[in-house]
Amino acid sequence: MIIGDEPYAPYQRPPLPKEFMLGQKDDRDILIRPEATYDKHGIELRLNQQVVAINPIENTLALDNGEKLDYDKLALCAGARARKINLPGGELAGVCYLRSLDDVKNIKNYLGVNGAVTPGCRAVIIGGGYIGLETAAALTKLGVNVTVLEMQDRVLARVTASEVSEFFQRVHTEEGVSIRTNIAVSHIEGEHLLTVCNDNGEHFDANLVIIGVGVIPNVELAEAAGLAVENGITVDEFDCTSNENIVAAGDCTNHPTSLLANSLLGGRLRLESVPNAVEQAKTAAASICSQSLPYASYPWFWSDQYDLKLQIAGLNQGFDQVLIRGDNKHGWSFVAWYLKEGKLLAADCVNRPKEFLVAKQLLSREITVDPAKLVDESIDPKIFLQ
Amino acid sequence: MPIIHYIEADVAVGSTVMQGAVDNMIDGILAECGGSCSCATCHCYVDEAWFDKVGEAGGTEKTMLEMAMEQQPTSRLSCQIEVTEDLDGLVVRLPASQY
Repeated sequence: MIIGDEPYAPYQRPPLPKEFMLGQKDDRDILIRPEATYDKHGIELRLNQQVVAINPIENTLALDNGEKLDYDKLALCAGARARKINLPGGELAGVCYLRSLDDVKNIKNYLGVNGAVTPGCRAVIIGGGYIGLETAAALTKLGVNVTVLEMQDRVLARVTASEVSEFFQRVHTEEGVSIRTNIAVSHIEGEHLLTVCNDNGEHFDANLVIIGVGVIPNVELAEAAGLAVENGITVDEFDCTSNENIVAAGDCTNHPTSLLANSLLGGRLRLESVPNAVEQAKTAAASICSQSLPYASYPWFWSDQYDLKLQIAGLNQGFDQVLIRGDNKHGWSFVAWYLKEGKLLAADCVNRPKEFLVAKQLLSREITVDPAKLVDESIDPKIFLQ
Repeated sequence: MPIIHYIEADVAVGSTVMQGAVDNMIDGILAECGGSCSCATCHCYVDEAWFDKVGEAGGTEKTMLEMAMEQQPTSRLSCQIEVTEDLDGLVVRLPASQY
């Protein structure tokens, strides 16, 4: 049985700010599987129902409709929710977040009627992370006038090197997005037409404001049930929680990592990524079935913006050197290799699928490549694996 | 005793070979990226008799396949094969490494 508090069968979130926003995919297209598949395989879907408490002593769940359910094994796959900002005007109509299908439907309502964008529509996006930039790309394609406000001095400041941030700022600017950095929003005001203000008296008018300032793991149920929680539900390499009958997987968990190269990680990680959720789910399912499949995969991520395919292998935390293969200043295709003491930690690959797959293997097989070769475009990256 | 897999699945026109596999809970096609040609976990071998109808990989997919494990001449990423009426009866196989 799967219990979810949304009215939809499990769906893919990555297309939400992209193909779904653009109208290229609809509700059905983004379902992970059609509802009929669950029926066919005897999986009961309980949608629109929320678990309000776990009783780990009786092995029961309490639902918001008053029902009580027994379990032998429980998997907490509660994900994460959008971080809300606590600003005056943050609750005004037209101030939106982007995490769920309903969030994007809500955004679309403010863009225009029946999927058509109202001419002259303006959107202000608060937060220049991946969600903010992917949304900016899609809205620009739809003809919306987009401004991105970032608090730091560059976009993607938390996740990439400045070379990569500069690249994305250039591309978005070329595509017509106004990117403003070092902007700390102080409040939002207005009706119908909203105005986003900062402390310096600047203001940005918008028909809608989209806030993308990160997520918070959904750990409250686990915490209330007395499970160990620290920046996510604490799990071991088998995705088992501190309770023998409860496993957990995905964005809501904090798991051990064998990525010794990233010594800053302290041996534990909480990842916000689909591939991680998929891998953890396999491990958790094995544990439920009393099999042992330790989690040992390398993190990777992707982001599509305009005709850019960014694929990221590894985690760059702790890097002391960035090497660029290709031209990040003019073209739309390059790799940023992140190294620490000469050892590869991660690679941001923009329109470089080959280097991405090579980087994944270099990382998992712990192969060291001469830095001069990493940036030498005359060498086929396949050679690095030999 | 040898294990023989007989698998047939109905897939809607306009869907992809990958989505058809996921919808039918077929093992061996993970499709981590949900069909955005980003991960190469839906690699398949198109049966030679069908390869002309399915066609060759292009662009990003071709580059991804070059680096995929156990690439063969009829390799494709199944998320990039759109299902059409012409593909009624299509046969694809999966690389052993995906099990």
